[in-house]
Amino acid sequence: MDKVVASAAEAVADIPSGATIMAGGFGLCGIPENLIAAIRDAGPSNLTFVSNNAGVDGFGLGMLLATRQVKKMISSYVGENKEFERQFLSGELDVELTPQGTLAERIRAGGAGIPAFYTPTGYGTLVAEGKDVRYFDDQPYVMERGLTADYAIIKAWKGDRHGNLVFRKTANNFNAVMATAAKVTIAEVEELVEPGDLDPNFIHTPGIFVQRVVHGPSFEKRIERRTVRED
Amino acid sequence: MSREENRLRIVRRAARELQDGFYVNLGIGIPTMVANHVPDGIDIVLQSENGLLGIGPFPSEAEVDADLINAGKQTVTIQDGGSFFGSHDSFAMIRGGHINLAILGAMQVSATGDLANWMIPGKMVKGMGGAMDLVAGVKKIIVVMDHTSKHGDPKFLPECSLPLTGTNVVDMIITNLGVFRRADHDSPFQLIELAPGVSEEDIANSTTAKYEVALEKA
Repeated sequence: MDKVVASAAEAVADIPSGATIMAGGFGLCGIPENLIAAIRDAGPSNLTFVSNNAGVDGFGLGMLLATRQVKKMISSYVGENKEFERQFLSGELDVELTPQGTLAERIRAGGAGIPAFYTPTGYGTLVAEGKDVRYFDDQPYVMERGLTADYAIIKAWKGDRHGNLVFRKTANNFNAVMATAAKVTIAEVEELVEPGDLDPNFIHTPGIFVQRVVHGPSFEKRIERRTVRED
Repeated sequence: MSREENRLRIVRRAARELQDGFYVNLGIGIPTMVANHVPDGIDIVLQSENGLLGIGPFPSEAEVDADLINAGKQTVTIQDGGSFFGSHDSFAMIRGGHINLAILGAMQVSATGDLANWMIPGKMVKGMGGAMDLVAGVKKIIVVMDHTSKHGDPKFLPECSLPLTGTNVVDMIITNLGVFRRADHDSPFQLIELAPGVSEEDIANSTTAKYEVALEKA
């Protein structure tokens, strides 16, 4: 089995306009930066992105906002991007704000074949408006729908040609769960290793969830808030 | 008293609520400062909702790692005994009641413990991040905030006028003027402490929420 494709460009070439795409990462940490750049270059438009954040101006998903390829974002926090704000306020960009844990669980549920679930999060808030509320053991819960996508673009530290993946530190975040919830999951990896090199005891994402693997040519790994202690 | 001194006192007072063995989530901003004032002999583990248990100090220049950040997107380190995990597991910890305490900022708190801290209508909405999940799932919620807005308006109110983060979720409020606590989510808040130089009347003049007075000896 060999899921390796030669380039990020090849890996995203069949993404059509109007597709729904999950994109891993928290802020700029663990984002699939090579695949995002490849989608920009390939040029599909009217895309819906499921992503916790929307990048910053000119980097991460901010690159695809600059080129107006994004129609809608499903996110929990989008505050770091002026172009995002401009497009949102002018009505060019549709935004569905979802609590971060509800977002993660919607994706987990979607990937696990669960169409909907009840959560305490957001009860009595704007988030619950129009949604079914049920009481279990005298506590109110809001029904949320599972989420799936046409594609997931994710970033891992190490991967093999079966699609087995290992993430590094807090660069896992939404990557592992998103891998489970798309028809086609494309993983870019820092290190492409041979089958057997990854200890099966310590694989985060089993290869069954991954359809394409790309060895990213380079990773900028931009830091959003470099904070150091005085020694 | 200066704004900085007030903040430091709020942070130190909040740190006294930490108990040995607690798993704790600290909100972005002033709550994060509580980590610098953990009392001696108290061993806690800090959770960051982007997928980290055991947040360590900020890194030295040499230790900076783009793959190791906190929920405020700042570079951090991990303590021995810490762990990394995905967002789905992180929020299972939070929503599933496995975190003992969260300390959060607030724009408004109501007399019945409603919290508003994510959105001001008419202003750019950035999103709620993980705040709604934290207040829905963490066992104890402490709010740290200035007692009034920068315009002098009370922030501890009969009802929140801003969009809510959660209903009936706040257990304790620590402000620059005093401390309010309630025994459970069916009980009213009680004023239990006054900041130095602050009178009961000062609190009453800056508060529109109803509360009981049950001052404890300092």
